Amino acid sequence: MLELDNISYSYGGEDILTDVNLTMAPGSFHFLTGPSGTGKSTILKLCYQELMPDRGAVRVFDQDVKTLTRDEIALSRRRIGVVHQDCQFLDHLSVEENILLPLVVARRDVSDQQENLNELLAWVGLEKVRRAKPPSLSGGERQRMAVARAVIMDPDIILADEPTGNVDWDMSVRLLTLLIELNKMGKSVLLATHDLNLIRTAKSNIPVRVLRIANKNLQSGGADL
Amino acid sequence: MNALARLQEVVGKLPAMSEPPQSDRLVPPTGFTALLTTFTAGAMAFLAVFTLALSLATGRVADRWANELSQSSTIRISAPAEEMEAQTSAVLQVLETTSGVAFARVLGNEEQRVLLEPWFGADLPLDDLPIPRLIEVIEEEDGYDPEGLRLRLSAEAPGAFLDDHTRWRRPLVSAANSLRMLGWTALVLIGLSMAAMVTLAARAALAANAQVIRVTRLVGARDTYIASAFVRRFTLRAFYGSLLGAALAMIIVAFLPEPSDRDAFLTGIGFRGWSWILPLLIPPFCAIVAFLATRRAAFRTLNEVT
Repeated sequence: MLELDNISYSYGGEDILTDVNLTMAPGSFHFLTGPSGTGKSTILKLCYQELMPDRGAVRVFDQDVKTLTRDEIALSRRRIGVVHQDCQFLDHLSVEENILLPLVVARRDVSDQQENLNELLAWVGLEKVRRAKPPSLSGGERQRMAVARAVIMDPDIILADEPTGNVDWDMSVRLLTLLIELNKMGKSVLLATHDLNLIRTAKSNIPVRVLRIANKNLQSGGADL
Repeated sequence: MNALARLQEVVGKLPAMSEPPQSDRLVPPTGFTALLTTFTAGAMAFLAVFTLALSLATGRVADRWANELSQSSTIRISAPAEEMEAQTSAVLQVLETTSGVAFARVLGNEEQRVLLEPWFGADLPLDDLPIPRLIEVIEEEDGYDPEGLRLRLSAEAPGAFLDDHTRWRRPLVSAANSLRMLGWTALVLIGLSMAAMVTLAARAALAANAQVIRVTRLVGARDTYIASAFVRRFTLRAFYGSLLGAALAMIIVAFLPEPSDRDAFLTGIGFRGWSWILPLLIPPFCAIVAFLATRRAAFRTLNEVT
């Protein structure tokens, strides 16, 4: 479903990743961990086709992303839900309009999505601010909104970059539970985090694979995980 | 609320009248850019209508000078008083037997007096002055041979001089044609200027909405979808603006002095009959120019976004 085949990526003349391999099967749950600045976000951006590798191949849904046209990349992204660390939104739209945005740009009818939307807003605790604009939200609320936007399209793959970085533990568990439930429904999840407690909580519920970035490459997580 | 803010609010609401609400909502209202586009399109359409009217007016003048006067000529007879009648008869006889001459007549004293009145006043004692006699010649469609006629006149009536108007008609027609060409060139320049202004406004709006482009692209929007949100907005603004500008200009043109009025310029700048359709084509043309300019700008900007 998603494969990084011996990829290398450098930025400003400095190698960030070297010969990285990763295979995500349908229904798998991967954690990506490691210190800040080691390339977790870069791996997610490579998977989401925001960056192109210097060497190697990124295959998403069995297609090499280098061979995709801009339109094909857009269509591929509709099958991937993404939570960026910087959580970018359209500031002139309300919370619920931002969450529905992937459906709107895919020209899907959003009128029959109200029930899903309400359920999702309740799950991430944003019902009370559903008509607020993003600039008025806290960091945690923005992250919850990003998670809701990532899953509204019922994607096949979910990529999340520190989705619980700004929320309290209870909400972290709640967001993790949402991702676990989606994983149980067959979605593949790749979650970048350095919250080891979150990883342990997940491991106690479902089989997960933990990958740690070290020496510009991916290694299996240690025994403590 | 001041007038500018009010105008910005009105212009900002214009696209919402016809755009699908979902994609339209992607792009936030851009007050000043919207106003700039609408105003530019309006001003350009206003100028285009006047330029078009001027081009058509000069075209009419050129056609009239080319057609009407080309079918007529004048023979002037300057002879001593005792030979005047004989030479006049000789000229008329020559004209009767000249192929291509449809009609010829001697201008009466009263007609000559009217012609000279602007220069010499109403009380001109025509009988006391050595005024040459004038014969008006109307040609058939194919015309006559002016050189042949001149030779025959010099033999039959030495005091007769043929003026087929070519000498002064040609530069006038040439001047009118140049003016007409100038008008069309101005129209092309107006179109290009509008395209440039709309492109600048579109690029400014696209740059101001880099976040919109990035976010929508990230959630799976295709380039055509994102571009259409901008293109539709700018096309409609250009159309509304040019519609207002063209309508205002047409109203003013309609109230310009008629050709018969003493103060009329040339034959009157304006539209006649079917030519009123031409200014109506300016707003759709402006919309097409805006559509193409914005589309080009949008795709260039989108290609810079991953």
